[in-house]
Amino acid sequence: MTDIRSRGEEAAPLGELRIALEVSISSDVRYIERVVEIVRSQCMAVLFAPRHCALNVPVALSEALSNAILYGNGEDPGKHVRVRAQVDDEQLVLEVADEGGGFDLDEETTDPTQLENIEREDGRGLFLMQQLMDRVERFDDHGNVIRLTLRRGS
Amino acid sequence: MSFSIKKQGDIVVVDVEGQLIVGNRQELKQKVLDELEKGEKKFLIDFSQTGYIDSSGLGVLVSLSKKIREQGGELRLANLNDDLKTLFELTKLDTLFQIADTRERALESF
Repeated sequence: MTDIRSRGEEAAPLGELRIALEVSISSDVRYIERVVEIVRSQCMAVLFAPRHCALNVPVALSEALSNAILYGNGEDPGKHVRVRAQVDDEQLVLEVADEGGGFDLDEETTDPTQLENIEREDGRGLFLMQQLMDRVERFDDHGNVIRLTLRRGS
Repeated sequence: MSFSIKKQGDIVVVDVEGQLIVGNRQELKQKVLDELEKGEKKFLIDFSQTGYIDSSGLGVLVSLSKKIREQGGELRLANLNDDLKTLFELTKLDTLFQIADTRERALESF
């Protein structure tokens, strides 16, 4: 289900334009690309920097969705992942919620750039989210939620 | 998103069209491993038509690089746009791979 609400008009100042969006998918990695495209197009609509729209948002959101689908929900098609996106003139806030028990952000993050880790196939997901977003937070809200924040000027 | 494979001389050239992410990385891995099993040694992956790559896509490239090296082969990457270059720099994978600006330079480097 996709719910797009927007306020303001195209010609209005950017500060008046806010987009809120909610998408829910079942736990299948094949949905990731479509959800990323929906969110990316909203970033472009509010004129986020091309790099944010082409790199930061797609990669960070893709990582959050992969984690939620694969680890949070264990790819159980009966479990859902909910994505909330809010974009305005200052920042983009993404929340990705799964039905899992959550994890400790600090403990789970390794540094994949260390020499001993550079040839590892895994372990870059959380690192990339933290590198590409201004803030990464985790909290519980009837399930596990990751919140990613990207400021327009960053 | 798809991968097309063609031979240019004795070099296997793979074009990544669209994204290289968790949903399709296995397809790329299998296609390259199939060629490796056939005895191919030189591989070039071209990203000129690629959107974005996630951590599992990067992981597959690392895995393929190791497997190709183990078989005495070589892997080159080419045509990373500025955003993709940033991704490789952030993860320091630019130090692991041989990356050429253009397909031609990559082909010449074998």
